[in-house]
Amino acid sequence: MHRRRPRGLGLKPIPDTTIFDLRHSQRGWRLNKLCGSLCRPENREAFKRDEEAYMALFSLTEKEKQLIRARDFAGMIAAGMNIYFMLKIGSVTGNSLYRMGAQMRGEKYEDFLATRNMKDAV
Amino acid sequence: MPSKVVAGLGLSHVPSVGAAYDRGRMQTPAWKPLADAYVPVREWLAKLRPDVAIVVYNDHGADFMFDKYPTFAIGAAERYPIADEGFGTRPLPEVRGDADFSFHLIESLVADEFDLTVCQEMGVEHGFLVPMNLCFEHGPGGWPVATVPLQVNVIQHPLPTGMRCYKLGQAIRKAVESYPGDLRVVVMGTGGMSHQLQGKRFGFMNEKFDQMFLDELEGNPEKLAAMSHRDLMEQAGAEAVELIMWHVMRGALSAKAKRVHRHYYAPMTTGMGLITFEEK
Repeated sequence: MHRRRPRGLGLKPIPDTTIFDLRHSQRGWRLNKLCGSLCRPENREAFKRDEEAYMALFSLTEKEKQLIRARDFAGMIAAGMNIYFMLKIGSVTGNSLYRMGAQMRGEKYEDFLATRNMKDAV
Repeated sequence: MPSKVVAGLGLSHVPSVGAAYDRGRMQTPAWKPLADAYVPVREWLAKLRPDVAIVVYNDHGADFMFDKYPTFAIGAAERYPIADEGFGTRPLPEVRGDADFSFHLIESLVADEFDLTVCQEMGVEHGFLVPMNLCFEHGPGGWPVATVPLQVNVIQHPLPTGMRCYKLGQAIRKAVESYPGDLRVVVMGTGGMSHQLQGKRFGFMNEKFDQMFLDELEGNPEKLAAMSHRDLMEQAGAEAVELIMWHVMRGALSAKAKRVHRHYYAPMTTGMGLITFEEK
């Protein structure tokens, strides 16, 4: 029997904002699972040693792999990555929260820092 | 003397504070305003001599994954190791639990219809550790308090409502007061304040909202707890929804509790709030 997927009771959207809900979580599961695995130092080393081999362990789609290769953080969020899990792949690739944030805002890192009250508090 | 809740604290748990603390940067101009605010708080807590801190926090993918994600999870162990959340393990002493007290809390809360996930093993990370390192003197000998970690889902919607969190706090108070002995308990609600960490609205803060939240938490907590997640996230940023954990703390206090400290600092991307209450 065909069943139309219910839209759900989800929250009304907020501009320029992702609300990480069950639909995001389902879509992003492979990406989030990979990032969760980076909580082990030996896995971080394995990722740094051979990113492609590491990604192959998590059944990522080609599109998901491309997001990681491109360090496309806005794209990862759109693909269902949770921000707190994305911090782990940011860390292992040398991208701090603030660098990822500047990219998501579409700004240079230095320009983003200039918008802050006390940019040394990093 | 019966066991009692002696104090409550609401405070942010920003991870950069942990890094600044571990690298000895808390006295630099960027961090000194925050460091100074916590000096009287540690002195006040030392005088209050709590036996246990119930730390209401959220995990950030260090110990809980989305394969199974509990709405409320509580520690029931004698110790809680420092978790690696992807950047290594912080050089802090292992955290002491109080399993007997945890068992009592869980029995009382489940009887009160709060159906918790019970954790025999629970690694704690910045959501828990930053408030601990700010509030309690510690060293190789460990921490001056035992703890009960209480993990709340504030990252995968649907989340528990603010009012549900407030009522959980009320049930915690009831549980504490029925614990034999004369345990002195503090409840810490952590997270927030305004911040958004993704999308084009990355870096959004709203000090006016944060100051309102601190005012209302003190003067009108039930009305504040009734605020919808959407209103909170629209006004204060998506990740500010962590603030619902402060309602657990406020719900655990009596109407007679008096505010003691209040501080606000917003250097980078998060409004860092601090408010404390003491029972008279």
